[in-house]
Amino acid sequence: MTEGEQRGPRGSDPAAAVARAFREERAAVLATLIRQAADFQLAEDAVQDAFADAITAWQREGIPANPGAWITVAARRRAIDRLRRDRSLADRAERLAGLARLGAGEDTGTDGESMIADDRLRLIFTCCHPALGVAARVALTLRVVGGLATGEIARAFLVSEPTMGKRIVRAKRKIAAAHIPYRVPGDDELPGRLHGVLRVIYLIFNEGYAAAAGDQLVRAGLCQEAIRLGELLCELMPGEPEVWGLQALMLLHDARRGARVDAQGAYVALEGQDRSLWDEARIGQGLRALGRALRLRRPGEYQLQAAITALHVQPGGTETAGWAQVAELYGALAELSPSPVVEVNRATAVGFAYGPEAGLRLLGPLLATPVLQRYQPLHAAHAELLRRAGRPADAIDAYRRAIALSGNSVERAELERRLRALTAD
Amino acid sequence: MVMAQFMLLLYRSEAAAAGRSGEASLWAELNEALVEAGVLAGSGRLHGADTATTVRVRDDLADLTDGPFAVTKEELAGFYLLECADLDEALGYAARLPLARYGSVEVRPVAGEAAVSAGPPAREA
Repeated sequence: MTEGEQRGPRGSDPAAAVARAFREERAAVLATLIRQAADFQLAEDAVQDAFADAITAWQREGIPANPGAWITVAARRRAIDRLRRDRSLADRAERLAGLARLGAGEDTGTDGESMIADDRLRLIFTCCHPALGVAARVALTLRVVGGLATGEIARAFLVSEPTMGKRIVRAKRKIAAAHIPYRVPGDDELPGRLHGVLRVIYLIFNEGYAAAAGDQLVRAGLCQEAIRLGELLCELMPGEPEVWGLQALMLLHDARRGARVDAQGAYVALEGQDRSLWDEARIGQGLRALGRALRLRRPGEYQLQAAITALHVQPGGTETAGWAQVAELYGALAELSPSPVVEVNRATAVGFAYGPEAGLRLLGPLLATPVLQRYQPLHAAHAELLRRAGRPADAIDAYRRAIALSGNSVERAELERRLRALTAD
Repeated sequence: MVMAQFMLLLYRSEAAAAGRSGEASLWAELNEALVEAGVLAGSGRLHGADTATTVRVRDDLADLTDGPFAVTKEELAGFYLLECADLDEALGYAARLPLARYGSVEVRPVAGEAAVSAGPPAREA
């Protein structure tokens, strides 16, 4: 929930009450109805109908004491209506009977808090099922769990609304046709599947955080949404350290968002950021989440990344001693989940902690790897280390390579500025 | 529990299949496990893709092509028809097929009531 929202007394404005119920209750109501109706699309349509009903009904009859319960009952009725109308379904009678039993109150007693919490978890795991493509998982999670409109998701990912609509419809169709289960995976599968869920949430966050093209407001919205999803996961799986680790990582990055770009829209590196622009409350939340993760004593890659980010935001984080710790954490991360990104960042940290030559030695093997020739961050880091090592001619070459590979205007402008500073000397 | 049928299509290259006769016991074990779990609705091992004929009828004329539908390095070698509760269960069995280690297994849900009769379990020679 963002600050400064209209929070008048409940019962004052029906339209605002519906909007609030949509934000707060929709995912839970939908998740439960999907289980009860055993049909993703039907449940989604019925919940949509129920919110439409609420607008007129609440205007007429006043806002109910428990809006969530009202929507739940209305959505179930709408699901029954839709099933009655749809004569093409072979198992229509059976499903109708099941929903009707629920309506008569037989099952409501067993739908305790834990069952409903589980429903939301089931929904997340289903939307992030590995049998769906990654782009589909991201879109579906934002649409179904986050409740974002298709148009909003399309704008955030820079595709047309019909394209995004097709992607979401196709994913839902596959869930139904391929019998993708609606359940939280068992213990043996859980680590892998949970990692997949965290990846989707982090992808959503990064899409919003990376200062690529697109509307800044839409992008900030994506970060908020990812953090909201992370919060939900922390609430539902409090015993999983990587869940807290990812949440810490996102909060600590998000805290610095305002300082990353200056008034002219130019990128500001960590060392040059105005600390007064950092969101101290967010940093506090992030550090608390990291603390919870570390107390569970099962390290993982998100926790390590969050720990690195935590060092960056601490006073003295950009001094030599801080960088030595950062370099050490990157070393641990490289062992746990090796990747070019980690290696490049590690070399940069080592360069700050132990001098540019030490950093350059680590980049050597990467620069000799053919598939990394077009990897922009490698050349940008290489250029920076060469400059600091007092090799301007080599640095200029490396900056030019990095600029040629840069797909991001803010980042390219910063590289060009550094190149100009070198050529002017 | 509503059960659904899943077709597991087993693809592998000729080269990868050669010299795997030692795997016979692994296949037998898996087949037994499938029968025991009550999920096996049918299976079969296919002759090589060079024995395949592809049929297309266009303008009422049957057009036969000597060879498989798509000529790829990996060819369809066999199939399993399983009755499972959901996709995860079918994917779990697919991953246990010895062939999955050197070939590919495509898992496809069967639409509606499948009309495939059960046959003897397949075995990769």
